[in-house]
Amino acid sequence: MAAKSQICSVWLGSETGILKGVSLTKKQAFNFCEMSCMSRDQEVCVMAWGDPHESEVLVGSVNGTVKTFSTDKGIFTATRECGDPSQGRFTGLAVTDSSMITCVESGLLKVWKEGSTETAEVNVGNGVCRMQQNQSQRHRVATGGKENPLKVWDLERPDKPIFTAKNVAHDWLEMRVPVWVRDIGFIPDSDKIVTCTGHHQVCVYDPSTPQRRPVLEAQFGEYPLTALSLPASQGTVVVGNSHGELAILDLRKGLVCGCLKGLAGAVRGLQCHPSLPLVASCGLDRFLRVHSLEDRSLQHKVYLKSRLNCVLLSSRELESSNADVSGDVEEVKAEEEEDEVWDTMETVTEKSKKRAAQKDEATVTGLDGEKKRKLIKKK
Amino acid sequence: NATTSESVSKKKGKTKKVKRKVKHDEAPVQEMEQAEGEETEKKSESGPCFPPTFSVSEIKNKQRRHSMFLKLKEEKRKQKLELKKKKKKERKALGDKAPPKEVPKTIENQRIYDETTVNPEDEEVAFDEGTDEFSAYFNRLTNPKVLITTSDRPRGRTVRFCEQLATVIPHAHVYYRRGLALKRVIPQCVSRGFTYLMVINEDRKVPNGLVLCHLPDGPTAHFKVSNVRLRKEMKRRGKDPTEHVPEVILNNFTTRLGHSIGRMFAALFPHDPQFVGRQVATFHNQRDFIFFRFHRYIFKNEKKVGIQELGPRFTLKLRSLQKGTFDSKFGEYEWVHKRHEMDSSRRKFHL
Repeated sequence: MAAKSQICSVWLGSETGILKGVSLTKKQAFNFCEMSCMSRDQEVCVMAWGDPHESEVLVGSVNGTVKTFSTDKGIFTATRECGDPSQGRFTGLAVTDSSMITCVESGLLKVWKEGSTETAEVNVGNGVCRMQQNQSQRHRVATGGKENPLKVWDLERPDKPIFTAKNVAHDWLEMRVPVWVRDIGFIPDSDKIVTCTGHHQVCVYDPSTPQRRPVLEAQFGEYPLTALSLPASQGTVVVGNSHGELAILDLRKGLVCGCLKGLAGAVRGLQCHPSLPLVASCGLDRFLRVHSLEDRSLQHKVYLKSRLNCVLLSSRELESSNADVSGDVEEVKAEEEEDEVWDTMETVTEKSKKRAAQKDEATVTGLDGEKKRKLIKKK
Repeated sequence: NATTSESVSKKKGKTKKVKRKVKHDEAPVQEMEQAEGEETEKKSESGPCFPPTFSVSEIKNKQRRHSMFLKLKEEKRKQKLELKKKKKKERKALGDKAPPKEVPKTIENQRIYDETTVNPEDEEVAFDEGTDEFSAYFNRLTNPKVLITTSDRPRGRTVRFCEQLATVIPHAHVYYRRGLALKRVIPQCVSRGFTYLMVINEDRKVPNGLVLCHLPDGPTAHFKVSNVRLRKEMKRRGKDPTEHVPEVILNNFTTRLGHSIGRMFAALFPHDPQFVGRQVATFHNQRDFIFFRFHRYIFKNEKKVGIQELGPRFTLKLRSLQKGTFDSKFGEYEWVHKRHEMDSSRRKFHL
């Protein structure tokens, strides 16, 4: 279990309640499920890293529980009741030092302190679709939803939002433009916030300016944009819509740079790698796809049998080479990873160790009944 | 020269697929004249006098060219038959030791393996299917009740198609659309206990689309309908279908998406078929096209069955599968047919 979770670099939450870990280098997918109690009310709504070292994954389910999964140990270590289903699903999960922030659809944003049962509550308005935390200033969160404009809250002064966005001007028919914020992203190294809406708009807000209206507004496609992610390189944003169209938009001009092909279903989760130009997408078509942002090509495609709701990319993706073409490089890297993993196994003699490793590997995947991915050819 | 002869043959509009041999005919003018000269020797077919780079399409005279081509075809056919006979003889001579017959390559044989093909023992998929939107039907908690309607102001063919569909599907009711919005129709259907909403779209007096919406909150499938044959257009058909509940056959729905669609069709019909009625509805999937047929069968003896086709027949092709009830603008799609991405390979199918 531990070995399997240690090599996974992508974590996904599915509608059946299963946490899936995928190792792209080894091309294997593992299911991590608690006591085989799969049920629909365990459906994963949100996922977040529990700590900056990415050793814990927090998984929020529909029934209001937040489970902590340790990637080192490979098991769920803690469960916490954070609300009940009557208030709606989780729309955001974040962690600050010693406390956890959750937000549900009815607008109740709660800060749960570690070790104590008291919570600080903020009502952010009804119909919230997303809550996102600013990675550089961890006490700031932004929320937005259907007919609920973007609001940025400072948790140290939770009575009033520090920034509320104003709706754009009336359109060419002098009619009010409806508001439906679907996903939010904080642009690093600046105060700006990007949102994508259900009315196929991408808006950039700048709270440091007195202008409360969006600084930039761009349109993409004709279908609601469901997910957004900011890549490591500045100036662009990746959005996905409910038709499975992924696009890279330039934030300076508001134009589409290019589209990423391959998805057949609505995009539910999108995440860019923190340093490499990669983006992982998951959706209702039950596939995890990793595209490269430079040439917009598909790098990896993994079939995971349930509909997927959220995706988390770990920074350790650095170990895998971008180009799967260089077999030698990959073999060496695979060997390194293997060595870490097999160090924990029983030591046998040097030569037969590798063969034993092969056999072990086979049984490990076999036990789970996982679809065995093609193993990288070992020497 | 080659290009001119090609353009000539194209201009004539003849779809003469001249079986060009590998040797491309870069024949200079004198060769052609030579060829023309050889024309007179029509009798000698094996034509040793023809230069090797000669091709039938170089003959400018249409009639002669045509006759040469026919001769060429005849020759080829003879050769093929001879080869066949020889092979058959050899096979017979070898008897039991003959090598097994080669299986011809078909597109179905060469189908690219789809990784979403469902493995029957897969637990996760079994759980997924056990708790999805159709679980209420498959656990025998609800009985199907179908509402059939059309797009606004349907013409005769579509109306008759709907009526015939209503006889084929038990507990089906046909209602006139009256220009109502589907999003408003759906809550009313739910309150009246309908489990399916079927909307036949019509274009230019012919049904061409089908929206099948599973009602409480189920997926909506949008199909393209083609090749609709009504009852009176069917040859050698039987009498009209009776009220008995038919059996359902679902063929070849192998992938995960195919499974979802197959279950959608299965949930249209009540659970327990009345074998007394001897009627069967078949949804056969081949190459992503779903063929619907309705037959009555009779067992003549243990091994022989006679079938009569009753009822309408049509072909469906899935265009999109949307999660949730009909909401084409704001709904989330589980699968959308994207022609340029998905139809690039002739051997890749999705259902």
